[in-house]
Amino acid sequence: MWRRILALVAKELLAVLKDAKSRVVLIGPPLIQLVVFGYAATFDLNHVPFSVLNHDRSAASRELVARFAGSPAFQQMGALDSEHGIPELIDGRDAALVLVIDRRFTRDLALHRPARVQLVVDGRNSNTALLILGYANTIVTDFSRDWMHDHGGQAPPAVLDMRARYNPPLNSQWFIVPGIVALLTQVVTLLVVALTVAREREAGTFDQLLVTPMRLLDILLGKSLPGLLIGVLEATVIVLAAVWWFGVPLRGGLLPLYLGLLFFVISVTGIGLMISSLAVTQQQALLGAFLFMVPSIILSGFATPIANMPAPIQKLTLVNPMRYFLVVLRSVFLEGGTVQSLLPQYWPMALIAALSLLAAGWLFRRRVY
Amino acid sequence: MTTGPAGLTRTTETREQGVAHAARGGAAGRLRGLLRKEFLQIGRDPSSIAIAFLLPAILLLIFGYGVSLDARNVPVALVVEAPNADTAGFTARFAQSPYFRPLPFATIQQADRAMSARLVQGIVWLRADFSRQLQAGGAPIGVIVNGVDANDARIIEGYVQQIWIAWIAARAEEKGLPGPMPISVQLRVWFNPSVSSRDYLVPGLIAIIMTLTGALLTAMVIAREWERGTMEALMVTRVSLREILIAKLVPYFVLGMGGMAGSVAMAVWLFGVPLLGSIVVLAASSSLFLLAALGMGLLISSFARNQFVAGQIAIIATFLPAFILSGFLFDIGSMPVPIQLVTHLIAARYFVAILQTVFLAGDVWRVILPNMAALAIMAVVFLGAARLTARKRLD
Amino acid sequence: MPRESETAPAVLIDRVGKSFAAGGRAVTALDGVSARVERGSVTGLIGPDGAGKTTLMRLTAGLLRLDSGRIEVLGIDVGKEPLEVQASIGYMPQHFGLYEDLTVKENLDLYADLQGVPAADRPARYAELLHMTGLEPFTGRLAGRLSGGMKQKLGLACTLVRAPTLLLLDEPTVGVDPVSRRELWAIIEKLTHAEEMTVLLSTAYLDEAERCGAVLLMHDGRLIGEGAPGEFTGKMAGRSFRVAARGIGRRRLQERLARTPGVLDAIIQGSHVRVVTEQTAPPAADALGPDAAGVEIAAVAPRFEDSFVALLKARVAPVAARAPDLPPQAPAKPAEDVIVVQHLTRRFGAFLAVNDVSFAVRRGEIFGLLGANGAGKSTTFRMLCGLLPASEGTLRVAGFDLRHAAAVARGHIGYMAQKFSLYGDLSVRENLRFFSSAYDLHGQRQRARMAWAFAEFELQAFAEATSKDLPLGYKQRLALACALMHEPDIIFLDEPTSGVDPLARREFWRRINALAESGVTVLVTTHFMEEAEYCDRLVIMAQGIILAEGTSQSIKARFASAERPEPTMEDAFVALIEESVTKARAA
Repeated sequence: MWRRILALVAKELLAVLKDAKSRVVLIGPPLIQLVVFGYAATFDLNHVPFSVLNHDRSAASRELVARFAGSPAFQQMGALDSEHGIPELIDGRDAALVLVIDRRFTRDLALHRPARVQLVVDGRNSNTALLILGYANTIVTDFSRDWMHDHGGQAPPAVLDMRARYNPPLNSQWFIVPGIVALLTQVVTLLVVALTVAREREAGTFDQLLVTPMRLLDILLGKSLPGLLIGVLEATVIVLAAVWWFGVPLRGGLLPLYLGLLFFVISVTGIGLMISSLAVTQQQALLGAFLFMVPSIILSGFATPIANMPAPIQKLTLVNPMRYFLVVLRSVFLEGGTVQSLLPQYWPMALIAALSLLAAGWLFRRRVY
Repeated sequence: MTTGPAGLTRTTETREQGVAHAARGGAAGRLRGLLRKEFLQIGRDPSSIAIAFLLPAILLLIFGYGVSLDARNVPVALVVEAPNADTAGFTARFAQSPYFRPLPFATIQQADRAMSARLVQGIVWLRADFSRQLQAGGAPIGVIVNGVDANDARIIEGYVQQIWIAWIAARAEEKGLPGPMPISVQLRVWFNPSVSSRDYLVPGLIAIIMTLTGALLTAMVIAREWERGTMEALMVTRVSLREILIAKLVPYFVLGMGGMAGSVAMAVWLFGVPLLGSIVVLAASSSLFLLAALGMGLLISSFARNQFVAGQIAIIATFLPAFILSGFLFDIGSMPVPIQLVTHLIAARYFVAILQTVFLAGDVWRVILPNMAALAIMAVVFLGAARLTARKRLD
Repeated sequence: MPRESETAPAVLIDRVGKSFAAGGRAVTALDGVSARVERGSVTGLIGPDGAGKTTLMRLTAGLLRLDSGRIEVLGIDVGKEPLEVQASIGYMPQHFGLYEDLTVKENLDLYADLQGVPAADRPARYAELLHMTGLEPFTGRLAGRLSGGMKQKLGLACTLVRAPTLLLLDEPTVGVDPVSRRELWAIIEKLTHAEEMTVLLSTAYLDEAERCGAVLLMHDGRLIGEGAPGEFTGKMAGRSFRVAARGIGRRRLQERLARTPGVLDAIIQGSHVRVVTEQTAPPAADALGPDAAGVEIAAVAPRFEDSFVALLKARVAPVAARAPDLPPQAPAKPAEDVIVVQHLTRRFGAFLAVNDVSFAVRRGEIFGLLGANGAGKSTTFRMLCGLLPASEGTLRVAGFDLRHAAAVARGHIGYMAQKFSLYGDLSVRENLRFFSSAYDLHGQRQRARMAWAFAEFELQAFAEATSKDLPLGYKQRLALACALMHEPDIIFLDEPTSGVDPLARREFWRRINALAESGVTVLVTTHFMEEAEYCDRLVIMAQGIILAEGTSQSIKARFASAERPEPTMEDAFVALIEESVTKARAA
C-alpha cells in the first residue's frame, strides 16, 4: 500500500513541477505577494502632507510647526493665509491635515490660559485620520510638556508611560509579514490540491487511476501529501524571508511554529480536497478555490482585527483555520509563544482538519463514478 | 428567384449583389445580430448574471461587514494597586469610554498573564504610590499595549492619550488651577466626523469588486467562445474584429453598470454610507472605469483562449493588485516610492480616489477630473491594445 | 464587389508550408502541398488525424497565416485579402460554433445577420434549409439539446444561410452516427447539383472517399495522392483477395498471411481474411502452413482503403517487420463466461442512458460494443469498469462487481481510456513506472515489465520524451503498454483506435489478436463499424438498448438481400436503426 501511495505522490509532484501552468501558480503569486504585501501593506504613516494656517507668527508657534515638520510622519506642503484656503486643500487631497494656530496662541501660553490649536483632518480614510490624530496629539503633548518645563510651569500631575510589548517600534511590517506565511501557504496548498483531481478528470486519467488496485484512501493520501509537502516547503521559504530579509524577530521555537503549520496545511488540504471532489472542471475548481479563499483571508484577521467585526461574523470566523494559524504565527514570531500557550489554537485547527478530511473522503466516495 | 433542378430555390441576389449589399448595409445588421445574440445568451446563461450581480453583492457583504478598523470595546486590564478617589477618577473614564472594556486585575503579574493569553489588549497600571506622586506631579501611569498588531496598538494608544488629557484637564478645573496642559487641541474631522471605517472602506470596496467582475466577465466570455469553437465560425464570416469587440463590450458594459448600481444602492441603504456627490459624476466615472476594466478583460482574453487560464489571470492580475495597491485599505502615500509608481498602473487606484471623494466629500472637481482623465487614458490604452492584439486569425 | 474570376479553379494551393511551435519545437503541419479544387466538384481531403487537413482548411479560409507558398480561392489570394475570400465562402469548422444556449431559429438568425442576408429572403431560405436538414420540427429547441447529428446539420444550415460559392467542411461527419452521416452526404450531394456549389471537405473516414468527385490524400503534412477515387481503386485492381481456411483460427490465418512475402495487407473480415498483394497475383497458399486445410482464395473488388494502405506502406519503412509472435494456442478451456451483464439499466435524471441491457463475454474472446456517440456504450463500459454505479441490474467481471470489489480484483483487469489518457507532462518512462507501481509491481518484476514494454512497443527512442508531445500512434502504444504492465486477464479498451492512421490501427489490432490468442479477454468499444470485423462477437447499441448481438457475419447476414448480397457492417447498422424505428412506430 505504501508503495502505491509513494508512487502516486512522486507522480503528483512530477506533474505539478513539470506543468508550466502550475509552476507559475507556485512561484508567481508567492513572489509577487511577498514583495507587494511586505512593502505595500503597511499601516504606518510616512510623509503625510500637512499645511499650516498660523495666525500667531511668534517664536512659540513656529517651534510647534517645526516639530510637526520635523516628524517623519508628516511633510509640510506650504502654508495658508486664511481659512478660505482649507477646503480646497483638503478636498483636493493636497493635505490630509491642516494645523490652525490661534491668533492669541503665545499670549494665552504666557497667561497660562489654554492656547488653542485646531487640527483639521481629512476623514475620508478613517484609519489614516485616526493615526494622524494620534501622531499629532503626541507632538502637541510633547511640546506642552517641554514648554512647561522651560517656562517654570507646573508639571502635569501624572504622565503616561507608554510601552508596546512584543513590538516596541510598533512596526506594522512585523505584523503583516508573519501573516503572509499563512496567506501564501493557503493559496498555494489550496490551488495544488483543489486542481489536481479536476485536472485528472479533464484529462481522463482519473478513471485510469480508479480502475487500478488503488483504494480511495490511497488516492486521497496520494493527492494530499504533495499539497502538504509543497505547503510546508513554501511556508519555510517565507519564514526564512521574513527573518532574513524583512528582519522580523523570531522569538519562539520552531516546534510550535511547525506544529501549527502542520495542522493548518492539513485542514487546508482537506478543504482543497472537498473543492476538488465537487468540481468537474479545473475552472470550477479555480472558482471554488477563489470563493473560499477571499472570505477566508478577509475574515482571518490578516489585515483587520477580528475583534472589530460584528458578533455574528466573529462567530463565522471560528471555522476558518487561517484565523488560528495567524495567531500561532504572530505569537511564535513576536511573543515567543510555546506549544502549551498555543494549545487553544491547535485543537480547533486539528478539529477542522479532521472534519474536512472526513467530509472530503465522503464527498470523494459519493462523487466517484 | 430561380428554381434549382432539385426543387431548391435560391436567390440570384446572393452571389453578385449579395457581396455588395453586405459591404454597404451589412455592418449595422451584423452588429445588431451579434448584440441580439449576446443579450439572448446572457438571458439564458445564469453564470454571467451571477458574476455581474451576485458576486459583487456577496463580496460587498463579506467585506462590508468583515473589514473594519474601528476598535470598540477593547478589553484592557486595569491594575490599581491602591484604589482610592484619585485612581477612581481616572479609571471611571475607561468604564465610560465606548472604546474600552476595562477588566480589573489585582496585580501586574496577573494582568501580564491575561495579555499573554490574549484576554486583554493592553494594561493600564497605577502603582501603589500613585496618589503620593500625584501631589508631587509627574506620577507615572504605566500603559502597556500588545504591539503585535501595530495598527491596533497605535489606535489604542491614541484613545488612552485622549482619556488622559481629558482627565488632567478636568482635574485642574475642579481645583480651579490653570490647565496643566498649556495647549488645548480642537479636532475637526472632515467628511467622516464619526471616523467610521465602514464609510471609507465601502466606496473603495466597490472599486475593487468592479475591477474583478469587469475583467472576469469579459475575459471568461470571450475565452468561452474560443473554447466552444464559436469564435472560429464567427471569424470566417464577414464580421470585422471591431464589430466582435463592440458586440462584447456593449452587453457587459450594461451588465457591469447594473452591478455597479446595485453596489451603490447597497452602500447607501444597507451600509448607510452618505452619498454627497452627484449621481451623474458617479455614473460618468463608473463608465470610464468599466471601459478600462472591460478593456483589460478583452486583452486578457485575447492572450488566454481558454476559460481556465483567463479566470486565473483575471484573478491574479486584477484582484490582488487592486486590493493592496489601490489605496483602498493601505495608504499609498506611505508606501515606498517604487511601489507608489507601480500603483499608477492600477485602474482601481483612480476609481477608489473618485469614489471616496464622491461619496464622502461631494463633487470635488480637483480630485475627480485628473482621476477621470487617468481612467480615460487607461480605457483607451486597454481597448486599443485589445483591438491591436486581437487577430482575425487563429495563429 | 465580387472580384472572383469565373474561370479560375475554386481553390489553387501552391507549395504551401506551415509549421507550429509546440512545446518549444517547431512541428511541421504542412510541407510543400500543392493541389487544386475544380469548380462544381465535391473534393475530399482525406487522411488520418494529424495529417494536416484542418490546417489546410484553416489556411484556405484565411484563418491562419501561410509560412510559404500561396493559396488562391476563386482567383483571390487568401494571404493578401482574407476578408474578400471570407465574403464568398462558407466554412464549417470541425466543432462548429453553434451557440448552444440559442435556439435553432436564433442561430440561423445570427448567421443570417452576419452574412447580410436581406430580411425578405430569409423565410424562403430558412424553409429550404430546415426542410433539407429535417430540422423543421425543432426550430424552437436550444441547439445544445440537439443530438450530435442534428447539431452537425444545423451547423451546415447556418453555413448555408447565404449560398456560398465555395463550401469548406472540416470533418463534418466525425462523431456522427451512420444514419446521420448518410443524411449529411445526401445534403452535400444535393447542394452541388442544385446550387452549383463547390465543396471541399475533410474526413478521416476512408470509405467516404468513394463518395467524392476527387480526392486529395494526405499523410504527415504531405499530399501523397490525388485524383478521382476510381483512379485510386483502379490501380489496385486484381490485387484484393478473400482467403478462408479451415483448421486454423482466423486470427492465426491473418497472422500467417501478413507474414507471407508479397502480401501488403491482411485484415480479418468476418470469418475470412482480406488480403491485398503487392502484385496482381493471389497470395501463395502453401505459405499458410501444414495445419491449414481447405484454403479458399477468391478475388474481391478493391476498396479505397487498400490503395491508401498501399501508398502509405510505400512511404513508410516496414517498421512492423517484427510483429508480435502469436503465442502457442492456449489450451482450450471450457467456454466460461467471465463478464456477465444482466438487465443493466442506468438513468441520469429522467434520461435512460442504458436500458435493460444483458450480454455475456467468454474467456479469451474479443467482444465489441458498437454504436454511435450517445448510444450508451460508454455508459455500459464505465459501469463494467466500476466507474459508475448501475441504477438497476447486475454485472459481474471475473466474478466481481468491480464497483465494490476489493483492490485485488481490480489487479486482474487492464483499462485503456478514451483518447489515450496518460499523464501528459510526464515522460514515457515516468508513465510506465507510475502505472506499474499503481498495479503493485516493484523491484525486479517492475524492471522486467518496463523493459518488456520498451521492447514490445518500440518505445526506447521516446523513453524520456514528454508523453503529450508523442505522435498519436505512439501515445496509443504507450496507453496500451500502461494497461498491460500487470498482465491482466481482462482488458477494457475504450475507443482505442479513434484518430490513428490505418497502419497504426492494423498494428494495434495485431497486438490485441495476440492477446486474445493467449487467453486474455478483450472488451472493446468503437464507433468504427468496420472494426466489428475484428471482434469474435459484438453487440450493437443505439439509444441505450441492444439492437443486435452475435458475430459480425450473423448480423450482416440478416440484412443480405438480392441487391445487396454482401452488406457492410454500416449497411447492417443503418438497417437495424430503420428496423427499430419502424418497430417503435408500430408499438
